[in-house]
Amino acid sequence: MMKLLTSIFLGAALLAVPAVAQNKPLRIEITEGVIEPLPFAAPDFVPDTPAAAQYATQLSRVVAADLTGTGLFREIPANAYISQVSSFDAPIQYADWKAINAQALVTGGVSVSGNTLTVRFRVWDVFSDTELGNGLQFTGTVDGWRRMAHKVADQVYSRITGEGGYFDSRVVFVSESGPKNERRKRLAIMDYDGANVQYLTDSSSIVLAPRFSPAGDRVLYTSYESGVPRIYVLDVGAVQRNVLPTQEGTMSFAPRFSPDGRNVVYSLARGGNTDLYLMDINSGQSRQLTNAPSIETAPSFSPDGSQIVFESDRSGTPQLYLMPVTGGEPRKISSGKGRYGTPVWSPRGDLIAFTKQSQGRFHIGVMRTDGSEERLLTASFLDEGPTWAPNGRVIMFTRETQGAQGRATLYSVDISGRNLRPVRTPDGASDPAWSPLQK
Amino acid sequence: MKVSSKLAALGLVLAVAACTNTSPFAASGGDGGAGGANGSVEPGSPSDPRSPAYFQQAVGDRVLFTVNESTLTDTAKATLQGQADWLLQNTDYAARIEGHADEQGTREYNLALGARRANAAREYLISRGVAGNRITTVSYGKERPIEICSQEACYAKNRRAVTVLVANVTG
Repeated sequence: MMKLLTSIFLGAALLAVPAVAQNKPLRIEITEGVIEPLPFAAPDFVPDTPAAAQYATQLSRVVAADLTGTGLFREIPANAYISQVSSFDAPIQYADWKAINAQALVTGGVSVSGNTLTVRFRVWDVFSDTELGNGLQFTGTVDGWRRMAHKVADQVYSRITGEGGYFDSRVVFVSESGPKNERRKRLAIMDYDGANVQYLTDSSSIVLAPRFSPAGDRVLYTSYESGVPRIYVLDVGAVQRNVLPTQEGTMSFAPRFSPDGRNVVYSLARGGNTDLYLMDINSGQSRQLTNAPSIETAPSFSPDGSQIVFESDRSGTPQLYLMPVTGGEPRKISSGKGRYGTPVWSPRGDLIAFTKQSQGRFHIGVMRTDGSEERLLTASFLDEGPTWAPNGRVIMFTRETQGAQGRATLYSVDISGRNLRPVRTPDGASDPAWSPLQK
Repeated sequence: MKVSSKLAALGLVLAVAACTNTSPFAASGGDGGAGGANGSVEPGSPSDPRSPAYFQQAVGDRVLFTVNESTLTDTAKATLQGQADWLLQNTDYAARIEGHADEQGTREYNLALGARRANAAREYLISRGVAGNRITTVSYGKERPIEICSQEACYAKNRRAVTVLVANVTG
């Protein structure tokens, strides 16, 4: 077996398998149009040992939930199966899976030895009578079983769509409780699907808008701990935090990392005026990027680090602008009617997601980086703060309901505008930031 | 006044703020006179013109803004004139001006808008003679609405700059 990937907790290895010629490979082309979800079967993974039994079932359920959650796949229920998979190495009865129209089949085996869990899986292109890609195995700790399920699902998703996966990722967000005029907020982190919630701060001061570092190991956020908004950087593993140096009498907020993780672009309000600054996070030295009497805020880097997209009301209403990180005259890219805010560059570089306020409604939308082809994906009383899945196909955001009982919830939506769905959290939740794919 | 007694006075301010928080204008107007029915003035009560409660209720601790604006209305200027007069008389106190926005706007923009509003109030107090080093500002954006409905009646009260009295430690 060949080692592909190792870490302290997780290892992956290709399973030896005879090469099989493939014809007409199974493939979902993700397009803008409405598609019929692809039917698949994921029979419970086969436990190699009695201790593996509970994990085998749970793993295959998480894999299936990841796939159906995309809206691109539909799971065929187990009671429709003709064949049962009783051994990971048994030959596939293609005819039985064709008969129930399972176009893809995911089979797996799980073994547990002490604290170590190993999952093996294969993906089958049923109607071509072939395996799709190679068998693969992941090894990790028993506690990490959900991550291994997400890794399996990422592989299945990737092989069938040709896109990068996004299931083995996390989301940092603001957990909210209490009434609207006395909201208590604390930072929390969870798996992308809402599992494994952990709290990173207490709710003794307001915290806002956490943002991941490119490696996913640090989080920038804004806190009122000192009495005024200031930017903090938190080490996720150690749950240690430091305040970034800013001048007395100013407020700083809306931070984001540069793609190399060395700089932080942020807003600084001084004497009522808000401009953009860039800080070298090691030296603490800041450089002013904009100098205008208007509001400049919500900056976000292009993935190549050369440009910054941000929000400014220099034209009279908040609109989106691009500027080179080296400085220079900002160029307006939003052109529709309404107020634009919180632009975020896609990790693929092709699109910018944003919040738009128009005729009393809020929308999450996307546009090309030159401002063309604007498309609104959602509409509600208050949608804001988009964040991109690591593969640039899905956006998560905050939706808040109106009125005295108004509550904030996280939602996700495909960039086609399909598959709008809430992300389950224990309390109210806002300001999500999606991590890169975990290593 | 020593810092310790100033802090005691600040404690009183916070206590007053806490119990009037749900209905900030409840006692404004009628209680503003310089004495109760029998002419006695209870120190620290809203009828004591040197009290933070008087500042909050009779002078008026807040000014309101129109949608997306930070310019001061004539009503706001009159209130701020009263605040300036009071602060010039009562030098034991400094002011922290808290700028707020209604919920119609993104979190980041509203933080910046709240900063504009707090600063507009601060600049006006300075123009009326209050020393700049007695006035700090902070923006809460849309994080701390005082009214919670999602209608203009509530939004109008949430678009505000509130002058909070604190102990003056600048000397």
